[in-house]
Amino acid sequence: MSLDARQAKPAASVAVESVLGNKEKTIFQRLLSAQSFWVTIALGVMVVVMSILQPEAFSSWDNFYNITRNFAFVGIIALGMTAVIITGGIDLSVGSIIGFVGVATGVMLQAEYSWWLSSLVGLSAGLLVGLVNGYLVAYLNLSAFVVTLGTLSIARSLAIVLSGNKMLYEFGPDADIFNWIGGGDILTIANPVWLLVVSTIIFAIILNQTAWGRYLYAIGGNEQAAQATGVPVQRIKLQAYLLCAFMTAIAAVMLTGYNGSAINANGTGYELRVIASTVIGGANLMGGSGGAYGAFIGAALIEVIRNSLIMAGVDSNWQGTFVGSFIILAVLLEQVRGRRRD
Amino acid sequence: MPVLELRNISKNFGAIRALNGVDLSLDPGEVLGLMGDNGAGKSTIVKIIAGNFLPTGGEIFVDGEHVQFSKPLDARQKGIEVVYQDLALCNNLTAAANVFLGRELKRGIGPFQFLDHARMIKKAGELFVELKSETRPRDLVVQMSGGQRQAVAIARTRLTEPKVVLMDEPTAAISVRQVAEVLDLIRRLRDAGHAVVLISHRMPDVFAVADRVAVMRRGSKVADKLISKSSPEEVTGLITGAIDVA
Ligand SMILES: Nc1ncnc2c1ncn2[C@@H]1O[C@H](COP(=O)(O)OP(=O)(O)O)[C@@H](O)[C@H]1O
Ligand SMILES: [Mg+2]
Repeated sequence: MSLDARQAKPAASVAVESVLGNKEKTIFQRLLSAQSFWVTIALGVMVVVMSILQPEAFSSWDNFYNITRNFAFVGIIALGMTAVIITGGIDLSVGSIIGFVGVATGVMLQAEYSWWLSSLVGLSAGLLVGLVNGYLVAYLNLSAFVVTLGTLSIARSLAIVLSGNKMLYEFGPDADIFNWIGGGDILTIANPVWLLVVSTIIFAIILNQTAWGRYLYAIGGNEQAAQATGVPVQRIKLQAYLLCAFMTAIAAVMLTGYNGSAINANGTGYELRVIASTVIGGANLMGGSGGAYGAFIGAALIEVIRNSLIMAGVDSNWQGTFVGSFIILAVLLEQVRGRRRD
Repeated sequence: MPVLELRNISKNFGAIRALNGVDLSLDPGEVLGLMGDNGAGKSTIVKIIAGNFLPTGGEIFVDGEHVQFSKPLDARQKGIEVVYQDLALCNNLTAAANVFLGRELKRGIGPFQFLDHARMIKKAGELFVELKSETRPRDLVVQMSGGQRQAVAIARTRLTEPKVVLMDEPTAAISVRQVAEVLDLIRRLRDAGHAVVLISHRMPDVFAVADRVAVMRRGSKVADKLISKSSPEEVTGLITGAIDVA
């Protein structure tokens, strides 16, 4: 340091200790101001209430197994979506990617290729869509909403064409292992749930502990500032869309195995459930905030509510109404909190 | 030899000619005041030197070496640091995260590189103390005052030993006491041998710390002279166009 340190230090009006000494308060405040914290409490309340109202049906192991497996697919995709939403983007194509990847994988399996080569082709199909999304958004500066609305249509149409509009279910010699990967369980927990748990931990580390994760937040907070200070904005944005498509493709391969078949309509409407999960978990659609745990807990809350409604005898066709209302409610909540901050 | 030299730099934004054949040179340890009306092209010069834009024409030399900056990192590697007019901060990140944005301190665990939060917070805290700012490294920028935000933007330039520090309107959004501190900081940078370009609308600031003043008008440099050979009245005339060139 060639600034005159002797002169600077004694004259300083604040000491390093007082500058650094506010850690505990911040963590406690951060907990209370985190949406995912309140969602966790809401989830806890729901579970307690349902366990009292429906002790046999709700708090059975079977129901726990079903609920966790059902939200695992959404949760895995919601993690990828979180990365995109943090940058201030959106990916509406995830539902169609599920259909496209499922059919691509199914076509390979039906042609009697091995489970891993078929899965690899499926993953590549998903990454291809992610590449198109990411390139157009990051490098050509097109609106993420419009681009991914376009690929939503394109990927679904490719799925229909590729499947010949037929259900694919003769999965060849590797059918058993392929169907086990998506539909089986390890230690009585469904395989996709394991993947969700591991992915959530990995995403939490990526988002909080790596420069790449921090750049996502920086881009969502102030893209020009990030660019000016040397963050490779375009590359990071492209990678976020690739990551989202990759998580979607993994979920799609497992979902295909769980279903034991591939139909081109698979994943229709998933984008809404996925986006709802991330937003309920505290991601801001304007960019700059969101987290891995939020995506996990948001997906869990939606599924528990859906499950509870079914148990309460509410027609499952009402599901869309609830999910849609939840998105609006979560955004409303965010705006109210934002207003209070200002 | 000048530490930084611009030769015949021009910049077009489509049909707009923002800079028109500008020559500028800067010696080590020199403070240059760069003045001019809104839209005169001051920020554009800064952004070209900082690697945000490529010039449409002309050449840049650092320590006599011809350089071409296609991105901010290139300029930084040649020892050029910038405090942008809009401060270029991310409101949703902490002060420490902003200070280290784009050059995070990391520690390796196996093949992976993780952020070294503790070291960044400590270092940022030290820089704020050095700047006599009551900015806390863990606070989010969104909650900060203008002076604290300024301290964050300036602290960034102190991560390395830059040859040139460019400050675009660093005193525009802060209190009188903080202005004095920023001017003090500029003097200390100069005493340590760094060259500083101070862009400011405030005549008293420039006349308090600058050795030389250059005046821009509509994309051209219309004056470049020692502070001791000029006066606020003359500079005002040059900025408004009442005096054509000097
Ligand atoms: N990114 C840009 N795109 C188009 N025009 C620009 C851009 N940046 C600056 N300009 C134009 O260039 C001229 C100089 O602007 P600027 O360098 O910001 O002036 P100053 O900082 O002196 O107020 C203005 O006419 C401004 O409108
Ligand atoms: Mg300007």
